[in-house]
Amino acid sequence: MSGTKGLNRQQMADRVAREFQDGWIVNLGVGIPTMCSNTDIGDRDITYHSENGVIGYGGVAAAGEEDLNLVNAGGQNVTLKPGAAVVHHADSFGVIRGGHIDATVMGAYQVSMTGDFANWKLKGQKGGGIGGAMDLAACARRVFIILEHVTRDGSPRLVTACDLPVTARGVVTLVATNYGLFEPTGTGFRLREIAPGLTVDEIRAVTGGTLTVADGLREIAVGG
Amino acid sequence: MTQKTKLWSSFKEAVADIPDGSTIAFGGFAMPGTPFNLIKALLEQGAKRLTLVANTTGGAQQPRMPDIGMLVENGQVAKVICAFTAATRPTDVLPFTKYYESGEVDAELVPQGTLAERMRAAGAGIPAFYTPTAVGTELAEGRETRVINGREYLLEYALPLDYAFIRARTADTAGNLRFHRAQRNFNPVMATAARCTIAEIDEPIVPAGSIDADDVHTAGIYVHRLVQVPPAPEGIWPAKRQEKKR
Repeated sequence: MSGTKGLNRQQMADRVAREFQDGWIVNLGVGIPTMCSNTDIGDRDITYHSENGVIGYGGVAAAGEEDLNLVNAGGQNVTLKPGAAVVHHADSFGVIRGGHIDATVMGAYQVSMTGDFANWKLKGQKGGGIGGAMDLAACARRVFIILEHVTRDGSPRLVTACDLPVTARGVVTLVATNYGLFEPTGTGFRLREIAPGLTVDEIRAVTGGTLTVADGLREIAVGG
Repeated sequence: MTQKTKLWSSFKEAVADIPDGSTIAFGGFAMPGTPFNLIKALLEQGAKRLTLVANTTGGAQQPRMPDIGMLVENGQVAKVICAFTAATRPTDVLPFTKYYESGEVDAELVPQGTLAERMRAAGAGIPAFYTPTAVGTELAEGRETRVINGREYLLEYALPLDYAFIRARTADTAGNLRFHRAQRNFNPVMATAARCTIAEIDEPIVPAGSIDADDVHTAGIYVHRLVQVPPAPEGIWPAKRQEKKR
């Protein structure tokens, strides 16, 4: 569920999707990142890649029109856009490792001020769920993370150092939370845009490291 | 006895000779391309001490389909090699997880792209390769790495298979396969890595030559046994997943 303050899940996804540039190939992870494909991106031409080898998928299929053999990374029945192609798994990860993905968007438990992030294993857990996250994290040209700003007990998820096992180190360049849009700076986080209804002081109190604020801080545009 | 035709009349016969201790890969990513009928036949066949390779051990979604978790519950599995020993969402529980946590079944957790590439390498005669994936993580601890052109890479070994269980849309009698949409996923690479590939086929199997050579996704040289999936309920087909409330 989304936090009680700031952006809801779709609004976080919308803000990240506005970063996508015309012509990009983008991989969306399971959960909130998938919602980026609902965002109206105007006339920008974005190709969505799914780790199972579907290149160029569109929205979720309408009820009754699903092809049960066509899914995205989250297992949802999606549609294909004109120009789509399907490749096998080794080739799909060749797309990823080969540097052909302009941006990947993933969920996470924690992001550190040095750009590490953790999303595959909980504290004390034996094993975990890696999926394609480590390949994407190590090899996509840009790694964007969407997550709730604080845990259920109010602890920061934007931290000085991850205390959960990391997925990759030093790769995250952009973080969207329900409180705002951030960039890891090495010594903290830079607040690029702030969610409506939040104050800088409120955010600073629940963010690891030194919070710096962009000149002429803007509010994140929502809705409409 | 050598069987000249690749056509087998039942899943039961196609898996009958699989010995205990085999390494078997299952294709599939979510529903598409998963060899549900062959998994069910293996459950009934009963081979033990198996090492199973797949993206996930399954069972997080409803309706539950034949999966690795069922073979584990049936006492047939020694080890699983996969990209998920737990679900993506901590609130989803995989049936497999408790057997792993109690130590009854071993598991090797492998990033998904590394898993695919290890089988591709096995099928292509590459014994090992370097990848940037998982460098700097817990998975790389104590393992061989090498800096190439200023970047650190992790050494990963090929993963050869005894059997691959796969599913395709179309096959000809020579074993040439075509997949439909996301059905393809791991299936072609698993077929190349296995000594014996058994494919379950959606459509009626057509005579050799009916699929143009230019249109083949997996060459018949990699495919040894074909079984036609019967209509439901005798055959098992992908179902629409029931979405959970979040």
